[in-house]
Amino acid sequence: MSAMIAISHVSKWYGKIQVLKNCSADVAKGEVVVVCGPSGSGKSTLIKCVNGLEPFEEGTITVDGVSVGDPHTKLPKLRARIGMVFQHFELFPHLSVMRNLALAQIKVLGRDPKTAAEKGMKLLERVGLRAHADKYPGQLSGGQQQRVAIARALAMDPIAMLFDEPTSALDPEMINEVLDVMVTLAKEGMTMIVVTHEMGFARKVANRVVFMDKGEIVEDAPTADFFGKPRSERAQLFLSKILQH
Amino acid sequence: MFSNIDWNVIIRSLPYLFLDGMRFTIMLTLMATAGGIVIGTLLALARLSNIPGLSQVAGAYVNLIRSMPLVLVIFWFFFLVPYIGQWLTGASRPIQVGAFISALVTFTLFEAAYFCEIMRAGIQSIPRGQVQAAQALGMPYWTAMRDVILPQAFRNMVPVLLTQTIILFQDTSLVYVISVTDFLGAASKVAQRDGRLVEMYLFAAIVYFVISLAASFWVRRLQQRIAIVR
Repeated sequence: MSAMIAISHVSKWYGKIQVLKNCSADVAKGEVVVVCGPSGSGKSTLIKCVNGLEPFEEGTITVDGVSVGDPHTKLPKLRARIGMVFQHFELFPHLSVMRNLALAQIKVLGRDPKTAAEKGMKLLERVGLRAHADKYPGQLSGGQQQRVAIARALAMDPIAMLFDEPTSALDPEMINEVLDVMVTLAKEGMTMIVVTHEMGFARKVANRVVFMDKGEIVEDAPTADFFGKPRSERAQLFLSKILQH
Repeated sequence: MFSNIDWNVIIRSLPYLFLDGMRFTIMLTLMATAGGIVIGTLLALARLSNIPGLSQVAGAYVNLIRSMPLVLVIFWFFFLVPYIGQWLTGASRPIQVGAFISALVTFTLFEAAYFCEIMRAGIQSIPRGQVQAAQALGMPYWTAMRDVILPQAFRNMVPVLLTQTIILFQDTSLVYVISVTDFLGAASKVAQRDGRLVEMYLFAAIVYFVISLAASFWVRRLQQRIAIVR
């Protein structure tokens, strides 16, 4: 089976500084891949390359057979099929929760407002926030906002989901409510790339763990192998640092 | 100097001052603001775009206008627009442009340069993540601008935009140089005709002061009400 997301020999520079070095990784349909590594290792940059939010200079990325780097690719069209969740939620603060969920459905997918609202309600129900439909993002807690953000991405019926450190900006007591939603999503067979430091989450649902350092993919191993016996010294060091407590 | 003040001259000329003069002033202010915001926003988008040349052209326009005295621009347009119109339409003689239209065009284009800089700051104040979130949802540039970025930028900038409008309200009095009768022009005419300079100019000053001050208070209250909760 060909990969849903195929990252092949991707390199990227900011000016003279190379931030991604020859990165390759495949994600099959229904697979959950966790990307971890020290900060500044290029994890976020790499997943932002997957939906073309960040351009890259070398290599190719294809999503469901569509090449992201190809100048002929209609990026908005491709992005509409890939859900993304950001570290800082990025809900639209001037719109109500419901409007946040409905906007792109209406403007991008051309759904009529009633269908979009029904879909939005269903997803709010699913993330346990039905009662908050008419509130504004600023009135919600961080965990609630992130759950709305996940619902907003799901409203587009994505073929894959990208998570860019979805719990890093949250207070500790709110991390689990977001992870729970993500675990359910993973178990339902959603294709996911998750940049995170939540190793518990990785252990529970990830099929593979990709470890990055200094712009390189140092290790790409099945979850059990990664936690059992990481081959690279850098991954061992990283794990020993974050699993100490 | 205050020995033979005649306040009645104000009462007598009230209808003329407000129905003719102030109506013109307010109409010019509102229409130039509306047009200025639309054109200014487009200019701001041009300045921020990465289409080669577009940003430079918009920047040159804004810098040119902002380094000209307003009076000069008013003169310029008043004498130039008829010829530009003639050239554009291929007419045999300069197009007759009313003083009102000329003033409106001038103020709109002049204010657009200032509103451009205000809107540019407003757009730049929106976190980059908002643009990325809109893009990640598949929104094309114009959709993201219209539904996500500009509404936020606009709300952040409403106080500054309105303050600029209050300044414009005062600046419209400069139309006297092309013999258009605005509020100050009307007051001035009565003053000259009846020899009541002190009364009329004092009254005009008070009216400008009261309206501008009231408007600034209103802007401050509005600002608290429409602030976006983040």
